[in-house]
Amino acid sequence: MSFSVKHRLLPFIGPVMLYLFWNLVLTAKWIQPNLLPPPDVTIMYMLKSFASGAIFQDLWTTVLRTIYAFLIAAGIGVPLGVLLGSSVQTYRSVEFLIDFFRSTPSSALIPLFMLIFGISDINKIAIAAFAAILVIMFNCAYGVMNAKKTRLMAAKTMGIKKFYIFKDILIMESLPQTFVGLRTGVSIALVIVIVAEMFIGSENGLGHRIIDAQQVFNIKEMYSSILVTGALGYSLNIIFMLIEKNVIHWSGKS
Amino acid sequence: MNTLQIPRNHVSIRGLYKSFATTPLYEDFNLNILKGKIVSIFGPNGCGKSTLINMISGITEIDAGEILFDGKTLKQTTIGYVFQNYRDALFPWMSSWENIAYPLRRANLSEEKVKSRVEELFELFDIRFNLKLYPYELSGGQQQTVSIMRALAPKPEVLFLDEPFSALDFEMTLFIREKLQEVNLVSGITMMIVSHDLEDAVFLADQILLLTRRPTRIAALLDFDLAKPRLAEAISDPQFIAMKSQALEIFQREMRAGNGM
Repeated sequence: MSFSVKHRLLPFIGPVMLYLFWNLVLTAKWIQPNLLPPPDVTIMYMLKSFASGAIFQDLWTTVLRTIYAFLIAAGIGVPLGVLLGSSVQTYRSVEFLIDFFRSTPSSALIPLFMLIFGISDINKIAIAAFAAILVIMFNCAYGVMNAKKTRLMAAKTMGIKKFYIFKDILIMESLPQTFVGLRTGVSIALVIVIVAEMFIGSENGLGHRIIDAQQVFNIKEMYSSILVTGALGYSLNIIFMLIEKNVIHWSGKS
Repeated sequence: MNTLQIPRNHVSIRGLYKSFATTPLYEDFNLNILKGKIVSIFGPNGCGKSTLINMISGITEIDAGEILFDGKTLKQTTIGYVFQNYRDALFPWMSSWENIAYPLRRANLSEEKVKSRVEELFELFDIRFNLKLYPYELSGGQQQTVSIMRALAPKPEVLFLDEPFSALDFEMTLFIREKLQEVNLVSGITMMIVSHDLEDAVFLADQILLLTRRPTRIAALLDFDLAKPRLAEAISDPQFIAMKSQALEIFQREMRAGNGM
């Protein structure tokens, strides 16, 4: 009994320690108080911004941009990934490009995208989608390529037609890896949306809110917006993990 | 009952050639498998036991030669294949029931017929676990049972089994041996079993196919007519022991011959 209670309290130790450390840094005067507000003040400020509704517009804008970018990325990345994965030769011929751009920080491409799309909402979504497409496509292609050969052979010996082997077996086999790509993809999309909101003349979004607060030295606003951004990223991850656990119930078990 | 009929050819292999990376594995290989018989394939490591049934079942392509089933090609023939690694062979996104039903549904059988066929197999295999469970929720032996049921579902003419017992405990081995024997006696389905265990190889066999080292030839095709159904105790029957030592002798002779190369 006491063991299981202790066990359940374990995840809270980290946050409590951060809270104490944050306080300690301030009371010991390691950091000037005008650069870092106390944790309780920051959290209260954040709660107030929710209570008054002040943050909703920015939060919603960022969420929408991330979702659009993600949907575009998934819509292009998954079919392309399946296509590439089912032909090893095709994959090998574009492998370098995928790996190169996957390794290029997408933020480095922001100026290029500004040239193409201008300083618009579409620009932010386009670059976030571009960044997410590569990781989704890559994971999806690997999922298809690494499908268990035994399962494909099993279907073949049953006399299943090629189209159904593809649809029933290959696609299902690739799903666990594809989901890893989708989960990573949505995180990347959020990162790029926030960066784009900061630096591509934006009038809304959490990124804009953070940099705006910094410019006018409203540090309570800045820290509370950073916390909200973190919470958003964390929630997206949790949502995807829950979907994954239910849809891809066999992942890691077979 | 079967012994009264004159057994006829079922699987015939003519002039089979297969090489891997220019090293020939099979050269002008010929073999006849009789209808309704259980043939165990036994031989030294790397002699291509699994490759042989993989070529017959169409998993591995052959370089040249002809393999016919009662005069029909593979495409015209329903076969079943049981893999050594049941974990990788079953479809984990389907329940065990759906796994067994899958080949039937894809053969466009009505849902009623699918149900009654799965029910039939359920009775035949005396299943005591819930088929609604996913394969990864079952024990190894239960998973292999499901994969055998799936292979048998479309009523194949020939059932291929690649070391089906190697990952099972002894209790499960006894159970599956018994069931395979029953299926063979009831339905007269031809079976080819690859085995690395001589006792397993002899136990179910009507014929034991002993292979040489590569390039692979037939060392011997032994007939074993100990009465069926064979019970677990059959392993201490003098006839069983005699057959085992005869097979062992040939096996060892081939090993020695191979070492001289």
